[in-house]
Amino acid sequence: MKSEVPMCDLIGIGIALLFLLALSALTVIGPSAGWKTIVSLAIAAAKLVLIVWFFMRLGRHRGLIRVFAAAGLCWLSLLLVLGFGDYLTR
Amino acid sequence: MSTYLDRPTVRSWLTTLDHKRIGLLYLFSITFFFTIAAAAAAAMRIALLSPSGDLVASDVYNRLFTTHGVLMVWFFLIPAVPNVLGNFLLPLMVGARDVAFPRLNLASWYVFMAGGFLVLYAILFGGVDTGWTFYTPYSSTYANGHVMLMAAGVFVSGFSSIFTGLNFIVTIHRLRAPGLTWFRLPLFVWGIYSTSIIMVLATPVLAATLLLMGLERAFGVGVFDPRIGGDPLLFQHLFWFYSHPAVYIMILPGMGVVSEIITCFSRKPVFGYKVMAFAILAIATLGFLVWGHHMFVSSESVFAGVVFSFLSFMVSVPSAVKVFNWTTTLMRGSIRMDTPLIYALGFVALFTIGGLTGLFLATLPVDVHVHGTYFVVAHFHYVMVGGMVMAYLGGVHYWFPKISGRLYPEMLARFAALTIFIGFNLTFFPQFILGYLGMPRRYSMYPPEFHALNVLSTAGASILGVGYLLPLIYLVWSFYRGRPAGPNPWKAKGLEWTVPSPPPEHNFDAIPTVTEEPYAYNPEEDP
Amino acid sequence: MSETAAVSAEVRERHEITTQLGMWGFLATEVLFFGGFFMAYALYRHSYPEAFAEGGRHMAFGLGTTNTALLLISSVFVAIADRAVRAGRRGLTLGCLATAWLMGLAFLGIKAIEYTQHVSDHLVPGRHFLPGQSSNPRLQLFMYLYFGMTGLHAFHMIMGLIAVAWLMNGVRSGRIGPSRPEPVAVIGLYWHFVDCVWVVLYPLFYLVGR
Repeated sequence: MKSEVPMCDLIGIGIALLFLLALSALTVIGPSAGWKTIVSLAIAAAKLVLIVWFFMRLGRHRGLIRVFAAAGLCWLSLLLVLGFGDYLTR
Repeated sequence: MSTYLDRPTVRSWLTTLDHKRIGLLYLFSITFFFTIAAAAAAAMRIALLSPSGDLVASDVYNRLFTTHGVLMVWFFLIPAVPNVLGNFLLPLMVGARDVAFPRLNLASWYVFMAGGFLVLYAILFGGVDTGWTFYTPYSSTYANGHVMLMAAGVFVSGFSSIFTGLNFIVTIHRLRAPGLTWFRLPLFVWGIYSTSIIMVLATPVLAATLLLMGLERAFGVGVFDPRIGGDPLLFQHLFWFYSHPAVYIMILPGMGVVSEIITCFSRKPVFGYKVMAFAILAIATLGFLVWGHHMFVSSESVFAGVVFSFLSFMVSVPSAVKVFNWTTTLMRGSIRMDTPLIYALGFVALFTIGGLTGLFLATLPVDVHVHGTYFVVAHFHYVMVGGMVMAYLGGVHYWFPKISGRLYPEMLARFAALTIFIGFNLTFFPQFILGYLGMPRRYSMYPPEFHALNVLSTAGASILGVGYLLPLIYLVWSFYRGRPAGPNPWKAKGLEWTVPSPPPEHNFDAIPTVTEEPYAYNPEEDP
Repeated sequence: MSETAAVSAEVRERHEITTQLGMWGFLATEVLFFGGFFMAYALYRHSYPEAFAEGGRHMAFGLGTTNTALLLISSVFVAIADRAVRAGRRGLTLGCLATAWLMGLAFLGIKAIEYTQHVSDHLVPGRHFLPGQSSNPRLQLFMYLYFGMTGLHAFHMIMGLIAVAWLMNGVRSGRIGPSRPEPVAVIGLYWHFVDCVWVVLYPLFYLVGR
């Protein structure tokens, strides 16, 4: 007994990810500029959201797993904000 | 009836998945490391008997304090309460048959031992003179000795911490017995939970830092190397991002132990249970925001210094709440001055002194004066040894009947507890004065005017040594020859006291259902 | 009988959530492990923007982009494998895992080509860094972080390859299947996470200064 595996959505997300990658690769056209960093990081963030939400199924999980996932990022930002804060105020 | 101690073959111990046996494996290992570290401390105290420092060369002295620091911090204090008592008690306290990942638990012990042997190897074949902090550029460029090996040992043992922390967090979330809601958990479990959060989220940063330092040493160039524009201070930021919270890894489970003991021996519920639970969590979280107070004098920006100073003061609020709640719990209780309570009261007193002097150090201008002196040494020994070791020994005595099924000689134990308390104060209180007068730490020689106080400190250390030796002897003796304890000699509350002593391998015949509030003690009852 | 089946399904689900929680906790650890490197990157990029821009121009943009695509597609296959194993489609599961595994291997191969190129271009920090050229000394910091962070990522990839090989072995022997599917999901989490790290590394190294 073999059941069908629904996978259209996964392939769709994959295509979206590749599209985002292409978009981000296209930013290299033209002279370098500050806005490009922001755009490429924003695109990376969008990719992360897609991967984490759909592939890692964060969207389907209950609160606890979301808290675990958020904890890592939250503590990373503590490190970056407080550590970097020292250098910015030298 | 069969207990977890049956089948005493070496093979069965080394392959055990039983959390209780793994707890005991840790007990033996950390006692072993403690002994070596204590011997290094003894050698230092003997060397400091004379101002000229002619017993050991400066270079040897540097290796001694590094050995002492590294072993005490990573191989005794950090694993002491979580890995020994936590492993043994946590599943019993939450009403589970084991931790969530028993195999990971055993792996964590092996990882720990691997790290420990790397460090021992480094010590035996040359030693390291950087101090436990491994500051760059000294560690990465100039230090001779097995810096890489020792850092590798610490790096490896860090994974043991991470695995244990993960295991505990998932166990507490997933394996609580029916009816055991969060606010019915013993405060010891809250302490272990908060500690585990720090273990899981801070230890990896230490691993990354030591990796970067080791790479820099190996390749002669690295991210902390000023010649290519690197900043050695970045090492300090990353190091203290772990190592300050690590202080709370050490102290939080101790606070849990003390809460258990004080409520049991005053026959009263803990005063302000919820506040106590939140205070533990608050300390764990705030502890992550204060690391910059180690860097006030290392060219940190003044603004950052002010912020870190303020945040450090904030930690004292939940800490003080805990001290007041412990004393209020004792108030009008029917107090029984047994050994565990002597240790717990010792903890409260010494932790308070350690905490208050911490506020001196968190004050920017005062820190400029006492930074790098014996004042700092005395401060953190009051917290680590006066606080943490007292709590650990208190916990070992409190749960010894559960672990071994036997009682220890009470009068001897009380005598040992008092000896430790007196010896400790005699050792470290003079160091506050020495530091205030300006004696710098980590030197094997000092001006003659500090002689008297140093002799006093060494005298205290020898009393302290006797105090530590006594439990080692009588606890081993009692393990085999002590009077049978019965399941609950203290008439304590909590699931761990409902099972036989020593507990059977599967802990509970049937998973219990909890209907009682925590610490349902009654002072009117026969104490 | 259906009642015992329901009970065992519930036990299994509880067990699966427990294992997944464990993996998520571990991933939080990993975030902080890379965090130390990210902190160093942020600091030095902020301090030496020209050196980082120059470093970015030394990167093999085409190879890096190809590698990103490889990892993204491999993640799709791992996600499909997770569903396939639950549906009892052993062949599909194995096929997806094998494809993802091969793509991971290809990623490492391309990474090795890049590293070889950097070595022959004298871009390895140290005494032999760009000899005879008066280059910006800060460029070494960029290359150091590049080797450190991508090397650490490559190490995670190797771990991932070992884990996926173990999965394939389990699926083949039937130890992992519809009655015990959770290892695919748990190792899948790790695979996706390693993918995520690369997604962040890509703009930090290959797109800087372009």
